[in-house]
Amino acid sequence: MSAQTSEHGAMTVKLIVWRQKGPREPGRFETYAAKVTEHHSFLEMLDVVNEDLIMQGKEPITFDHDCREGICGTCSAVVNGVPHGGQTRTTLCQLHMRKFKDGDAIYLEPWRARAFPIIRDLMVDRGALDKLIQAAGYVSCHTGGVPDANSIPISKPDSDYAMDAAECIGCGACVAACPNGAAMLFAGAKVAQFAALPQGQVEAPERVAAMIKAMQECGFGNCTNHYECQAACPKGVDVKFIARLNREFHKALFKAKAGTFTPVGE
Amino acid sequence: MILDGKAPTGPIEQSWDKHRFDMKLVNPPNKRKFKILVVGTGLAGASAAASLGELGYNVEAFCYQDSPRRAHSIAAQGGINAAKNYPNDGDSIWRLFYDTIKGGDFRSREADVWRLSQVSNNIIDQCVAQGVPFARDYAGYLDTRSFGGAQVSRTFYARGQTGQQLLLGAYSAISRQIKTGSVKLFPRTEMLDLVVVDGEAKGITVRDLVTGEIRVHTGDAVVLASGGYMNVFYLSTNAMGCSVTAIWKAHKKGAYFGNPCFTQIHPTCIPQAGDYQSKLTLMSESLRNDGRIWVPKKKEDCGKPANQIPEDDRDYYLERKYPTFGNLAPRDISSRAAKEQCDEGRGVGPGGRGVYLDFRDSIKRFGENVIRERYGNLFEMYERITDEDGYKVPMRIYPAPHYAMGGLWVDYNLMSNLPGLFVLGEANFSVHGANRLGASALMQGLADGYFVIPYTIANYLKDTKPGKVKADHPECAKSIEDVKGTTKKLLSIKGNRTPFEFIRELGIEMWNNVGMARSKESLTAALSKIPAIREEFWKNLKVSGNGAEMNQQLENASRTADFIEFGELIARDALHRDESCGGHFRVEHQYADGEAKRDDANYAYAAAWEFKGVDKEPELHKEPLKFENIHLAVRSYK
Repeated sequence: MSAQTSEHGAMTVKLIVWRQKGPREPGRFETYAAKVTEHHSFLEMLDVVNEDLIMQGKEPITFDHDCREGICGTCSAVVNGVPHGGQTRTTLCQLHMRKFKDGDAIYLEPWRARAFPIIRDLMVDRGALDKLIQAAGYVSCHTGGVPDANSIPISKPDSDYAMDAAECIGCGACVAACPNGAAMLFAGAKVAQFAALPQGQVEAPERVAAMIKAMQECGFGNCTNHYECQAACPKGVDVKFIARLNREFHKALFKAKAGTFTPVGE
Repeated sequence: MILDGKAPTGPIEQSWDKHRFDMKLVNPPNKRKFKILVVGTGLAGASAAASLGELGYNVEAFCYQDSPRRAHSIAAQGGINAAKNYPNDGDSIWRLFYDTIKGGDFRSREADVWRLSQVSNNIIDQCVAQGVPFARDYAGYLDTRSFGGAQVSRTFYARGQTGQQLLLGAYSAISRQIKTGSVKLFPRTEMLDLVVVDGEAKGITVRDLVTGEIRVHTGDAVVLASGGYMNVFYLSTNAMGCSVTAIWKAHKKGAYFGNPCFTQIHPTCIPQAGDYQSKLTLMSESLRNDGRIWVPKKKEDCGKPANQIPEDDRDYYLERKYPTFGNLAPRDISSRAAKEQCDEGRGVGPGGRGVYLDFRDSIKRFGENVIRERYGNLFEMYERITDEDGYKVPMRIYPAPHYAMGGLWVDYNLMSNLPGLFVLGEANFSVHGANRLGASALMQGLADGYFVIPYTIANYLKDTKPGKVKADHPECAKSIEDVKGTTKKLLSIKGNRTPFEFIRELGIEMWNNVGMARSKESLTAALSKIPAIREEFWKNLKVSGNGAEMNQQLENASRTADFIEFGELIARDALHRDESCGGHFRVEHQYADGEAKRDDANYAYAAAWEFKGVDKEPELHKEPLKFENIHLAVRSYK
């Protein structure tokens, strides 16, 4: 995609969009012209195209979106081969047309990964990410009966590290960008967040073992160090958290050998 | 009818503890016989579903998003209040209680606000235990900051993403219950009707947004935590999918709607740039800790670059008018002050609808790095949207529709007038009165879900026979028929205007005539215009596709239909409330200096509207508000 800002005012871009009626239907590219201004956000550009399509009696493009301020993680499309369009630390909804030039051709595709079946057009099913969290992405504390918040001091560097990991918005761009369709960055960020905090350390071995098992069951691939995930992440989540995931996994293996914990399902 | 809020009597500081003891319990083995339906998985819904699941109830949780983690609570930036008094600056439960009642301009129920203030401290403990990475100081203890309407530092935060982190905490708790099987999750599922049997809420009718299937879920109680209705203004800070639909359908089935005209316009949002715009983006109120708000003193300076306007020619109007609270005046007051400046022709940016939020002095005092650490993500967001660098030139901000203080009427137990129907979080009308203070929405959502509903729902269930209504009940079949009928009707109009055109038309009408400044004339005009929009909608709507598939246009159309009906109720409530209070500003009722003028003799009550039919006038019921612990006074932040 072009990084230059175009002239002020109106612009026309050529959209080449993946259209697919359902998970088992064949898909195809279709081409539309979008007349917008450089101040339109990318999704507002799609709104304009959809209004046109409806008035022409055609089916509008189905795409996931909600908060439109870059935090809910709902919007998800691959723009010219790059999830979210390639502007650093920017979700698709925060990408603006001023990043494109008048006359540009823009290819638009859904997240493509084995674990994310297509629902319709650009919309995919990311339920597999929820399954990873359900496997063990939590601290098992019951509502109530917890100590005073200040009773366990946590060093600022540890706390900042946990927050860096917790920035993840669960959009799945990391999976879409990965040649193996791996969710290692997503899972690593969650494992690292809790492993860095005293509250999360008690269950650290069980957590990492259960999440890795769930990754395999959901059809996610493995990491082969391409770092495409980090490049695509709209929140700048660092691949160091994948290293932390691996380290925590090895720690868990030693603990299992020593008999101090039993991995889930064994 | 005079409504009873069922607030406990006696000394306020014992009210919640005593009430908890007085309420009945459900025996642990009996809990699993009950099924509870929870609609919405934001802070209130997710925390409720998780906590009820932990207790042993069977919970079914529904959200229109593809995952509970995407509920719009996630967008809250600034923080969450609690009366911890960690900074030793004079905070207490009493002070949080007082600030919230006063901030709400004396239109909330005292006992509810007391309870909220009391459990605020438990919330922080709970979230820390879940692994929520709140900001900490170098000794490792929790850090706080100040928010509008308070003179103490009681707001806990996680960078500029506090809502996200708290929601992920609640999401982790509900995920854990989903794994144990106590909570069953139904994502991409929207509630389109409430099933009421013998006057009690016993089920919901939903549409599966992927397949289009319309079906009923029955339960022993229904908990609505479906959020607020500010998208009735079309352009708001809410997510695109936020709607009034769940609570409006419940209202049409008999639940009273409380204080719909109490709407909050947030003072610090990025101004609208063009007609094509689909939403407004909020910039956290926490920015007002370090940013100074001003406009040029001279109208002719408004077009000049901000940095070329000398200090003496700048009007820091909040600091001038409210020296005690300055830039941290409450939201309603700050929003109106910004509108006033722009109405006088001293606004900046496109159309003159903006004021400056300037970090120059703070950057000079602390350095750019400190400001970056505090608000970096907000500056980035501002730059992406406006293409301007907030470190170099002042940000431009303007008020935008943000939060609904109104919602379904509930009693102290968070139960609506329909037995078995509970309403939590922004969807209810309870604690914020006529204006919510910053960082109190997260507090309320989690208080309701973690620490109130687990107790109060038992008090209802203990007298209920589990599984009383099954899916084969005639009311269920009727509800399904009704929903199918509406869906079919929406698809069959085949007119010439899209749902988007209608919601935009409604939004403009609401903003112009039922927005920040309301008058008898403007409201009367709205009450004649909105029914015309409704009529046109049902004649000329165009929805593509069919009902048995993923159809986002159909979703938009169905939400828009509800917003149009609901818009009329806001206008009606605003017209009937012939006073100004909090976010409800009637231009006829103001002091000489432009402050809102309350009428306690006639309007110290919560208005609860009963639905009588789409074309019929709703009936007004009143719950008188008693102030026994806080003296009713003119709100002053000077």
